[in-house]
Amino acid sequence: MTTHTTTREPGVGVPEVRMPFGRWVREKGWRHAVAVLATLFSIFPLVYVLSAALNPTGTMAGATSLFTNVGFGNFEALFANEQRPFARWFVNTLVIGVVTSAATVFLGALAAYAFSRMRFAGRRFGLLTLLLLQMFPQLLAVVAIFLLLNFIGDIFPALGLGSMLGLIMVYLGGALGVNTYLMYGFFNTVPKSLDESARIDGASHAQVFFRIVMPLVTPILAVVGLLAFIGISSEFVIASVVLTDPDSQTLAVGLYSYVAQQRSENWGVFAAGAVIAAIPVMALFLFLQRYITSGLTAGSVKG
Amino acid sequence: MRGESTPNGAVRPAAGAPRGASRGPDGLIGILTKIVLLGLVDAAAAYGLFQLAVSEEWAVFAISLLVTLAINWIYLGKKNLPAKYLAPGLIFLLVFQVFVMFYSTYIAFTNYGDGHNSTKEDAVHAIQLSALERVPDSPQYAATVVEDGDELLLLVTDPTGQVSLGGPEQPLEPVEEPVERDATGKAVAIEGYETLQFADLLNRQADVAELVVPLSDDLEDGTLRTQDGSTAYVFKPRLTYDAEADTFTNTSTGVVYSDSGEGTFRSADGQELGVGWKIHVGLENFERAFTDADLRGPLLQVVLWTFAFAFLSVLTTFALGLFLAIAFNRADLRGKRIYRVLMILPYAFPAFLSGLVWSGLLNPQFGFINNALLGGADIAWLTDPWMAKFSVLLVNLWLGYPYMFLVCTGALQSLPPDVEEAARMDGAGAWRIFTAIKLPLLLVSLAPLLISSFAFNFNNFNVIYMLTGGGPRFGGTTFDIGATDILITMVYKVAFGTGTGRDYGLASALAIIIFIVVAVVSTISFRRTKALEEIN
Repeated sequence: MTTHTTTREPGVGVPEVRMPFGRWVREKGWRHAVAVLATLFSIFPLVYVLSAALNPTGTMAGATSLFTNVGFGNFEALFANEQRPFARWFVNTLVIGVVTSAATVFLGALAAYAFSRMRFAGRRFGLLTLLLLQMFPQLLAVVAIFLLLNFIGDIFPALGLGSMLGLIMVYLGGALGVNTYLMYGFFNTVPKSLDESARIDGASHAQVFFRIVMPLVTPILAVVGLLAFIGISSEFVIASVVLTDPDSQTLAVGLYSYVAQQRSENWGVFAAGAVIAAIPVMALFLFLQRYITSGLTAGSVKG
Repeated sequence: MRGESTPNGAVRPAAGAPRGASRGPDGLIGILTKIVLLGLVDAAAAYGLFQLAVSEEWAVFAISLLVTLAINWIYLGKKNLPAKYLAPGLIFLLVFQVFVMFYSTYIAFTNYGDGHNSTKEDAVHAIQLSALERVPDSPQYAATVVEDGDELLLLVTDPTGQVSLGGPEQPLEPVEEPVERDATGKAVAIEGYETLQFADLLNRQADVAELVVPLSDDLEDGTLRTQDGSTAYVFKPRLTYDAEADTFTNTSTGVVYSDSGEGTFRSADGQELGVGWKIHVGLENFERAFTDADLRGPLLQVVLWTFAFAFLSVLTTFALGLFLAIAFNRADLRGKRIYRVLMILPYAFPAFLSGLVWSGLLNPQFGFINNALLGGADIAWLTDPWMAKFSVLLVNLWLGYPYMFLVCTGALQSLPPDVEEAARMDGAGAWRIFTAIKLPLLLVSLAPLLISSFAFNFNNFNVIYMLTGGGPRFGGTTFDIGATDILITMVYKVAFGTGTGRDYGLASALAIIIFIVVAVVSTISFRRTKALEEIN
C-alpha cells in the first residue's frame, strides 16, 4: 500500500537544501531514532534464534553473546534424529498446507461465484451467516473434532485420527467464511457484461466460471491461498490432537515436542529446526508482502 | 470429497458450438468430469453407508443417506445452479464447523472423558475382561499360538485330547478338521493358519500375553490365557456381572457394586470400579465450574485474565503500531523501506515459533536476556505470576504490532488531507490535530478491525501455550492451570492434558463460555461494521 507509492527519496536525484541540525532532529531525527529502536525490537529475537541454531553448544545455557561459536552441528543432529523425523514434518506441513490452501481457494471461489453472480433465496442470509461463523474459530470445538474424527475413523480408517487427510478435511470446514467474503468482494469488481457476452457466445456457466472469471480474479485467489497456507502452517491445536504418530506430524507439532519437556537441553536443535521452518514462510511473506497487506486490511487477522 | 476437480478448461472451443446451447451441458469433458467425480463420491458414500449399517449407527446412516441423495439430486438436475457451486464448501462447513459446535454443546452435558468413554455395555465388557484371576484347580490346556493374517489365535488341546481353536473375537470351538500333533498329543498346527515358532513367540511376547480367548459367548464362563505360548489356563473375572440385578460382585470379598446413577458401578462404602460409561449429567459440568472449590477460584482468575489479556493486547499493539505509523508517515524519510521490511519481520515469522523462541530468551535460569543482556540478573520473567503476565503481553506486542502498524499506515494515508489543513489554519497544534481529528477518524475506520483483533486475541492459544504453557501454576488446585492460562488453553489442557486425566465434558462446558463471549463480541462488531450494508 505504501511502499510502492512513497519510494521517492529526496537527495537521490533532487538536490536538497541542508536543513539545520536542530530542525533535522525535530522533524526527522527522532523518527530515525524510533525506527532504529523498533527495528531492533523486531529483529533481535530472530537474530538470537539464528545464533542459537548455529551455536554448537546446543543448550540454552551458557550463551552470553551472539555468534561467538558457529557450527552446523545442530542442523546435522536435527536431520539425524530418527524418533523425530524433521524432514518428514517439513514435507507433511508442505503437503497439508498446499492441498488445504488449494482446496480452500477452489471451494471459496465456487461459493463466491454463486454469491456474486446468482440471485437465489437465502443469498443474503447465507452471506451474513458466513460472516458470523468465521468469528468462531474451529479450535474452540477441538474436543468435538477429536471425538468426531475418532468416530469417522471407525467407518473410514483413512480419514480418522492420525491421518493427514482427515486433518485436511477438518481444515476445509473453515474454507468458506472470511475467504469467501474477500473473494465475493473481488468477484463483484469483474464486470458482469463479460459473463453475459460469453453466455451469448454459447459458453455454459461452468465455462464462464473457469475460463472467464477465474483468470480475472487470480490476485485474490493468490492472497487467499497464501493466507490460508501461512495460517495452516502455524496451526497447532487441532494438528496436535489429530496427528499422534511422529511420522505424520507437522512442523508445529513436531518442533513443539522437541522442547515440550526438555526445553533447555534440546534448544540448539530446536532453533535449527525453527530457522528452517521459518525461512520458506518468511520468504513467501516478504515476496508477496503488498498483496498480503491489502488482503489483511480488508478484514482478516493473524497474530 | 470433491476436493479439486479438473477445471473444465479443456472444453471444446465455443466457436463451433451452436448458438442457443448456452443452457445445455458443458461439452463432453465437462460431462465426463461430472460423472467421474459424482461416481467417486457415490462409491465412497456407498462404502460408508455399508460400514455404518454394519456398526448399526442408524441415525448417522440416515443423515448420510440423505446427504448423498441430496448431492446426486443437486448435480444431476438441470436446475439448482447456485447449489452446485455452494454444496462442496457447505458440506465441509456444516460438518466441521457447524456440527462440531453443536456436538461440543452436547458433550458439555455429559460426563464424557477418561473412564467414561463409551456405552454401559462396553463398560461391563471391559470390567469383565479386567481383574481376571486364574481359576484354582482348573484344567491345564496345552496351547499353540497360531496366526491368521495379523490376528493371533490359540490352538489348545485339553487334558482329554480334544482340540479347540479360538481368538479374542471368536470364542473357543472344537476343531473337526485334522490337526498335526506332536509326540505328547498336543496339536501343533492346523491348516489355514500359521504356527508361531519359538523365535516369533519371543518377539511378540507382549501380544501373546495379552491374548484372551473366551471359553464361550458368555464371559462369565471364563477365558483362556497363556504366558509362555505353550500352556494355557482358565481365568475368570474376579468381578462377576449379574445382568438381572445390574450389579457386579467381587467373588473373593463378596462386595456388591451397583449402578451409581453417575455412570459408574459403586459399592455401598463408596468405592467405584475403574471403568465407567458415558451418561447425561445435565448442568453438572457448569455447576462444577462455578461451585467446585477446586475449580471456581482458578476459573474466575482465568476468565478475568482472558479479558485483560485480549484487551491489553489490542491496546498495546494498536498504540505502538499507531505511534510508529505516525512516525513513519512522512514521504521523505530516508531508509523507510528498509525499516519497514525489518520491522514487519515478526509478523512473517510463524506464530507458534515466536512463543517458543521468546521462552528461550526469557528463561529465568538460562535465558539470553537474564544471562547476557542483564549480566546474570535473576528476573523471574516466566515464573512469577505477574512477570509472566507481563512477558506474555510483551511477546504478543512483538507479534502483533507490525500488523497494527500496517493497518494504521493504510488508514492514516486514506485520511483526507484537507481536514488537517483546515485545522492547522484554525491554529490547532500537532497534538490537538491528532487527538481531536485524526484519532477519532482513525477509530471509526479501524473499529471493526480492532474488534476482530480482540476476538482473535481472546483465543490466542499459540502465544500463551508456547511461551508459558499457562504457568506458573496456581496453588490450591489439582487442575493444571496457571496464572497466564486463558480460556482456550484451559479447555485444551482439561481435555487433552496429561496431568489430571481427560475430561471432555468439562472442557466442552468451558468452550461454551467462550462461544457466548465470542457471540456477544461479534454482535457488537456486526452492529458497527458497514460491510453488512454493502451486501445487496
